[in-house]
Amino acid sequence: MGSYVPATAAERREMLQAIGMNSEKELYSDVPASMLLDKPLNIPSGMSELEVRAKVEAMAAKNRVYETVLRGAGAYDHYIPSIVKYIPAKEEFLTAYTPYQAEMSQGILQSIFEYQTMICQLTGMDVSNASVYDGATAAAEAAAMCRDRKRTVTLVSATVHPDTINTIRTYCFGTNHELRVVPCKDGRTDPEALKEMLTPDVASMIVQSPNFFGQIEDAKALGEIVHAAKAQYILSFNPISLAILATPKECGADIAVGEGQPLGLPMAWGGPYLGIMTASSRMMRKLPGRIVGETTDDAGNRAYVLSLQAREQHIRREKASSNICSNEALCALTAGLYLATVGPDGLRQVAKQSMAKAHYLADALCAIPGVSLKYSGPFFHEFVTVLPKRDEVLSALDKAGILGGLPVEDGVLWCATEKVTKAQLDKAVAIVKEVLA
Amino acid sequence: MKLIFEKSISGRKSSLLPACDVPEVELDAAYQRQSELPLPELCETDVSRHYTQLCQRVHGVNCGFYPLGSCTMKYNPRINEEMAALPGFTAIHPLAPKASTEGCREVYETAARYLCEISGMDGMTFQPAAGAHGEFTGVMLIKQYHVSRGDTARTKIIVPDSAHGTNPATAAMCGFEVVNIASAPNGCVDLEALKAVLGPDVAGLMLTNPNTVGIFDENILEITRLVHECGGLCYYDGANLNAVMGVVRPGDMGFDCIHMNLHKTFSTPHGGGGPGAGAVGCKEFLKKFLPKSVLMEEAGHIQVRMFEGNFLVVVRALTYLMTLGKEGVPEAAINAVLNANYLMRKIQGTFEPAFDRTCMHEFVLDLSEFKKETGVSALDVAKSLIDRGMHPPTMYFPLIVHEALMLEPTETESKQTLDEAAEIFRDLYKLAFTDPEYMHAAPHHAQIGRPDEVKAARNPILRWEQA
Repeated sequence: MGSYVPATAAERREMLQAIGMNSEKELYSDVPASMLLDKPLNIPSGMSELEVRAKVEAMAAKNRVYETVLRGAGAYDHYIPSIVKYIPAKEEFLTAYTPYQAEMSQGILQSIFEYQTMICQLTGMDVSNASVYDGATAAAEAAAMCRDRKRTVTLVSATVHPDTINTIRTYCFGTNHELRVVPCKDGRTDPEALKEMLTPDVASMIVQSPNFFGQIEDAKALGEIVHAAKAQYILSFNPISLAILATPKECGADIAVGEGQPLGLPMAWGGPYLGIMTASSRMMRKLPGRIVGETTDDAGNRAYVLSLQAREQHIRREKASSNICSNEALCALTAGLYLATVGPDGLRQVAKQSMAKAHYLADALCAIPGVSLKYSGPFFHEFVTVLPKRDEVLSALDKAGILGGLPVEDGVLWCATEKVTKAQLDKAVAIVKEVLA
Repeated sequence: MKLIFEKSISGRKSSLLPACDVPEVELDAAYQRQSELPLPELCETDVSRHYTQLCQRVHGVNCGFYPLGSCTMKYNPRINEEMAALPGFTAIHPLAPKASTEGCREVYETAARYLCEISGMDGMTFQPAAGAHGEFTGVMLIKQYHVSRGDTARTKIIVPDSAHGTNPATAAMCGFEVVNIASAPNGCVDLEALKAVLGPDVAGLMLTNPNTVGIFDENILEITRLVHECGGLCYYDGANLNAVMGVVRPGDMGFDCIHMNLHKTFSTPHGGGGPGAGAVGCKEFLKKFLPKSVLMEEAGHIQVRMFEGNFLVVVRALTYLMTLGKEGVPEAAINAVLNANYLMRKIQGTFEPAFDRTCMHEFVLDLSEFKKETGVSALDVAKSLIDRGMHPPTMYFPLIVHEALMLEPTETESKQTLDEAAEIFRDLYKLAFTDPEYMHAAPHHAQIGRPDEVKAARNPILRWEQA
């Protein structure tokens, strides 16, 4: 069996003696005897590191790693630079707790302060917190920030990622608030329907752009409609796209949230990811979660601390803005590291190449008879096509090591990133053509 | 040290991508970013040096002793990291076809089996991303249960005043009114106080056992029985599970649902504040209310986040569980309790425990008398520990003990480390009587002196700005 207990049997006896006990059983004398487990746990025996490695590697080997990934829908296969994998594995970053003791945690605190700054630079927003769990919970928390006694209803566009809508629904169910879904038209939020649904009890409207179908929303115009009804505007973004797309700030967002996975985090079957959460200064004290602030120490030197803690659960208990405690700090560090590594030019390259490759794929697919774009609006790196013989096509791609697009309603949602080459795209298109011939 | 932005040189960059091999496309001007993208410009050497410098200003549990009470800072094995970095796990798309993700499912199914056995539960989910998220999910099980039975009069959740702040905050996020009950003088649940608030309006009780003062509540069966008798459910906050895993099971204590912090009890790293994972387990009758996941695929389940949860954290926890197995799990718990009692007794005689009795995996020191005598506070002692290279214990928690320092050494610390730590505490105790001023001004040899937190809150600077 494996163990990480350093104490030898002799030391354990010595320690028991030192506390006046004769056996380990005495340690649990407060536990009613009837409750103590009277037999070993029904799980396998422990193993050596070598054996465990073999078993876990065998599990990993049962998964299929595709050569080409043409699927996104909220998780994106971007290139992760070597340094972005290496730095977060350093034991200091990896094995520290939340930086409660600023005097021995300046490295973590500064990394979060830098992350907050880079996220503000990317989004144009005034403030960022240190992260929440993922893009979906970020949207749910944002909705909670906007509600007050008079304005209790949350609106969300039908084009927002379905997992995000479902998560917001759960959080609304929790606090007994209503969620209403604004319908879409041609794959984008229907502005006329939105106008009608913006009743005086609406606290906020949540829009995602590029949306679940890959379409770029008319985010600025939607924001104006929301603000005309004196509701708050929450915009969910893809951080990579902001290198070239209008920022949430430019679109008038009061709160901007996003899934940070594309910033250097692996797809990893869904997590850990990174909930990015930003707001205008006006909303600063309503933000949930950790926020790092700059101050000075007793000698006047620059120092960083967890700040504005009066919002948080350990101070305010049931009146806190959220119950969040641990967040995704190491993922935030990774995202900051990714942005610092690629820099402004690199990020623009990633965004432009992803967009160019998605458009190349769309054009090539739509040149095949029977295949066409489902929606007419502009798109970034994802798009929906009508596709005959959908299951056959996806299965043929699968056989060739290509993870094809995601089946959605009566179409397929495709995605391309900078990582795929023209040759890989041509190969995929040739397979589709062959199946449909 | 300088911020990364202060190291930026215009035009500097890394070479990461090839030239684009397909035609470029132009975005309609109306959708384009108008403002500049002012991210820092660096080459890889700059980035590497910067982050290396940062990491030298961080203390992790793998660097040294970290007795942060209620946080279970045990050693984080490297094999866990290597397993979580396998491409067969990291490169898997969350929406990949079922046939291509058998290994991921095996990880979840195996980990769920282990954790159900350890917790005494019947169903498990890995959706929650952290402990507080697990609490939210668990209390949502309770809410759904009552709502499904049309029992909507149950609007209250009972929380002891010794509880972590996330408990009341969670109950509020689930739409419940929080009823705080005072603890008995021994830090445990006051049965009379509990009985006084039980009634048809109670949805449930949130409790950790051992509790936040490190004591196993011997009345636990009576507590859960009383709550059940009035129609409420019992939620187990697994923050302190490390004391009892493999020895006694929350399910056998009468709890209906539970969250476990994989990043505490099951050795996955905290990462400076996450990612964690809050596995939530429940008894059979609550399984249908668990969130949607591969372990719960049929329609109608709630969702608490995107996709499948913090999968790589679960890989690490499973690696750890497979290593320990049925012998190693209770061995870890027993030695965590032994280490805590040993350290408590070693320190006793100087700083006094708030409760002079056998503790579980952690204990609380009450420095209020000591402060009256010397003027030196728990905060001063904590800051002085930093000068000695030790991470301070949890301070001023739980709220029911004044001038509290809460120590949890965990099982992965050796007798030698505990002896050294006790010696440091005894030293500081003496120092407080001879040179309290020195301790008021501590730390003296840290990265920074005491930061001005009031200034940080009054004049918030939350991002760097170009001068």
